[in-house]
Amino acid sequence: MKMSEYLIKNGFVFDPVLGIKGDKADVAVKDGKIVDASDLSSKAKKIDAAGKTVMAAGVDIHAHVAGPKVNVGRNYRPEDKLFKATPKSGIKRMEGGFSVPTTFRTGYNYARMGYGFVMEAAMPPLYARHVHEEIRDTPIIDEGALPVFGNNWFVLEYLKNGEVENTAAYIAWLLRMTRGFGIKNVNPGGTEAWGWGLNCPTVNDPVPYFDITPAQIIRGLIEANEFLGLPHCMHVHGNSLGEPGNYTVTLDTLKQAEGLSPKGSFGRDQVLHHTHLQFHSYGGDSYASKSFESKSKEIMDYVNSVDNITFDMGCVTLDETTTMTADGPFEHHLTELNHLKWANVDVELETAAGVVPYIYSPKTFIAGAQWAIGLELALFAKDMTKVFVTTDHPNAGPFIRYPRVIKWLMSRKARDDVLDNVLKYGDKVRERCFIGEIDRELSLYEIAMMTRAGPAKALGLAHMFGSLKPGLDGDVVVYPFNPETDDDPEKIEQAFSNCSFLLKSGQLVIDNGEIISSGAKRTLWVDAKVDENPQVMRDVEQKFLKYYSVNLGNYEVTGHHFVPNPYVLEVDATQ
Amino acid sequence: MSKVIPDVICPFCGTLCDDIEVEVSDDGKTIIDVYNACAIGAEKFMHAQAKDRVTRPRMQQPDGSYKEVSYDEAVEYTAQMLVNAKKPLMYGWSSTSCEAQGVGHDIAEKVGAIVDNTATVCHGSTLIAVQDVGIPSCTLGEIKNRADRIIFWGCNPTHAHPRHQSRYSIYPRGFFTNKGHKNRKMIVVDPRNTDTAKMADIHYQIEQGRDFELLSAFRVALRNEVLPDFVAGIPKEKIYEGAELMKSGRFGVIFFGMGVTQSLSKNHNIDNAIMLTKDLNEFTKFSIMAMRGHYNVTGSGQVLGWQFGFPFCVDLTRGFARYNPGETSSNDLLRRGEVDAIFVLGSDPGAHFPISSVRKLAELPSVAVDPHITPTTEVSKLHVPVAFVGVEVGGNCYRMDNVPIDARKVVDPPEGVLTDEEFLTRVNKRVSELMEVK
Repeated sequence: MKMSEYLIKNGFVFDPVLGIKGDKADVAVKDGKIVDASDLSSKAKKIDAAGKTVMAAGVDIHAHVAGPKVNVGRNYRPEDKLFKATPKSGIKRMEGGFSVPTTFRTGYNYARMGYGFVMEAAMPPLYARHVHEEIRDTPIIDEGALPVFGNNWFVLEYLKNGEVENTAAYIAWLLRMTRGFGIKNVNPGGTEAWGWGLNCPTVNDPVPYFDITPAQIIRGLIEANEFLGLPHCMHVHGNSLGEPGNYTVTLDTLKQAEGLSPKGSFGRDQVLHHTHLQFHSYGGDSYASKSFESKSKEIMDYVNSVDNITFDMGCVTLDETTTMTADGPFEHHLTELNHLKWANVDVELETAAGVVPYIYSPKTFIAGAQWAIGLELALFAKDMTKVFVTTDHPNAGPFIRYPRVIKWLMSRKARDDVLDNVLKYGDKVRERCFIGEIDRELSLYEIAMMTRAGPAKALGLAHMFGSLKPGLDGDVVVYPFNPETDDDPEKIEQAFSNCSFLLKSGQLVIDNGEIISSGAKRTLWVDAKVDENPQVMRDVEQKFLKYYSVNLGNYEVTGHHFVPNPYVLEVDATQ
Repeated sequence: MSKVIPDVICPFCGTLCDDIEVEVSDDGKTIIDVYNACAIGAEKFMHAQAKDRVTRPRMQQPDGSYKEVSYDEAVEYTAQMLVNAKKPLMYGWSSTSCEAQGVGHDIAEKVGAIVDNTATVCHGSTLIAVQDVGIPSCTLGEIKNRADRIIFWGCNPTHAHPRHQSRYSIYPRGFFTNKGHKNRKMIVVDPRNTDTAKMADIHYQIEQGRDFELLSAFRVALRNEVLPDFVAGIPKEKIYEGAELMKSGRFGVIFFGMGVTQSLSKNHNIDNAIMLTKDLNEFTKFSIMAMRGHYNVTGSGQVLGWQFGFPFCVDLTRGFARYNPGETSSNDLLRRGEVDAIFVLGSDPGAHFPISSVRKLAELPSVAVDPHITPTTEVSKLHVPVAFVGVEVGGNCYRMDNVPIDARKVVDPPEGVLTDEEFLTRVNKRVSELMEVK
């Protein structure tokens, strides 16, 4: 590939890794990497960033952007495409869809927001090929995918017997089979129970037949993750998502990390990442405003007191959207609640998934309260490198709302506007939540922590993404936002939705707001080497022979057509 | 010495068996035998060996005879036809790989075509019903491991999906079903006494076209509400009995086919069948699954879905993706005379479309890409023979439960024969050149 040189001049630079807080500085990119300006030749193309904000490209730690349930959402919601189409133009393919955009639009929209890496948050191993085909067809952004393990029969059986090493060997094998990145753990045990129409509402409810508790699964998967020393930690979506009063279950989930510390050479500090924490921070015993209340303070008191946990917000954006999760029983619960169309897929030996459209109507109390809780979690946080901006796309809202979430985080005025003018029950939300009492307004430096430095470090990718330090990937974005003069909160949302320039791996992808290249998209996966483990390999062969509906020989995702441009992170866990 | 290739995927039906073993000659050129496959699947492999296969494109002459042309000429004709047409239809896509579909969609986007697959005359009504009410489903392995109530509604897998019952639904001994078929109760709903129906614990020999009524009756019976003495020709006692049988299972599944999707009430039948399934989830665990026909019709819906957002009937003629079955569906377009060129790949509309549509195929500029000589190739202006996907070239395919399995190549195609993907890639390149000139 012909590489170019770029000098991004005179922008206001924000980089928490380098400690740059909006100083005017130049950023240099050469041969795909960030370099010192002195390393550039005179041929370097100059990009004028004067009066604009410059950051490393964004890193999304959790979004559902590719795979079987995402595509169910597309195919079964033609209404999501209505009046949302953009014709083909230039190098760009046709775009369609709002809450579940087509793969092309997904890539373009992340690029427009200045993002360079996105983690697909739940890959059913049996459907890994489908996930990778969609990732392949998503232009520009680098992606990885987390296979789900929390209801996998191998894991349940090994961890029931306390066999961490076998669990780790199985995980290493499955990551290789599926070209996966790390360990996702959705409604541990509850989704297996859903195979019989049941659930595990707390961390102490044993899984039917397997007789292991969610607490054992969570702790066991953390231990297996650290046995391997994977780049990312165990990434959990806890039990009882979305239930009033679930904050106690969440605290029980978080406490499974107590006494455990990270291993391996990827530089992260946490052993547990709790995703879309907003959905897990509820008090009360019903959704009515008389009972429901925010427990963000209790949750954040705990999170702030420990140093081995990170989380993402899962902020509700008050849109009509499409919920989709490997938490099968939750989606059934949701369709009983809102009576909208329900799709479900139970996946043999591995997991399940459900999809239900949902309208976070500002006319309801509960949507307002959920919106408030997501923001409160971030606003109560002490260390902003441990909390990341997400909407659990598309569950709490589409990812294109990140700039709006950033606006709310940065501006009390914007939050008050929602409480006073958008929400029908803004007063009730003030009463049952903390949002009305919080004055805190985050800075661009803190936003850079939450969307760049923090998630990159938590994913074990700080050596590639999240900063403008020389040697890192040449992922740089320029936003049309002047931190010295722009004080209208709406300007924040506009600027972060449509960057002026984006360099991805050193290639100019967005030039003056126009997408001019499809980039050189990569799929990141983790190849963990472990000692030979005949027991696990025998178990794998037996399970495929007896219980899977595909042959073992047809399970591995191989071939150029699935992962045409891989980037492999190697981990050596041999003893 | 011959060698046996294991784990081969059968490119015939949506069951997508992946345990086929193919014995090939030492030089890897000839298939000697096929193991584990059903009769139809085995024939699909053996047919690739036919000595009278067409191996070069053929252009139909005014007198009805054929003239052999080169692939270059075939690419040129196809590209010109698509670029010059105002509203071309690109139909089929169900018997090919997802990679070929992807290239086809790229072409369709450039020339502004309508992309439609065989669901349009098959499970399209199912796809519409799913858009109405969703679908609770599962993988086939879940059925093997858990299901103890199996319902076949308007389908006859014994003949159409011959290994379905032995691999997934009736006979296999799964994790929680270690007695195999003795663990399972089987219900068949079919107006005919099919070979599947003959195996059933209960066969509802329903009056033809009365599926909607019977589905509604089951939903009534689940709630122990009052039924008339007969519904769809079935006495009410039998309906209450069936409802009890469904409710008393631990994990049930409804498989359904053309008998409900293309008979009276069409998608409304499926709406109701899905709602019956949803209702059953209030009592126990229940799933529902379409018995998809072609081995990769499911994949066509998937690729269209992630690229354009709709599973079939995708109209790209206005520069963006539209979807409106009835307007943008192949037969409606053909019969109204709205398309001016037809490209067919991986399907045989000549055999399955109404004669009024097939006539248009014969009248208009048309290209059929197919390894076989079919009724479609016989009425098309240009027939482009290609390699058999799943026999002579690999590629990704989706099983009826949407599980993707990568088909394998077992032998080389005949000398010089292109694959679907290769042919489409060349057409795509030529289309781009022609569009630039335009």
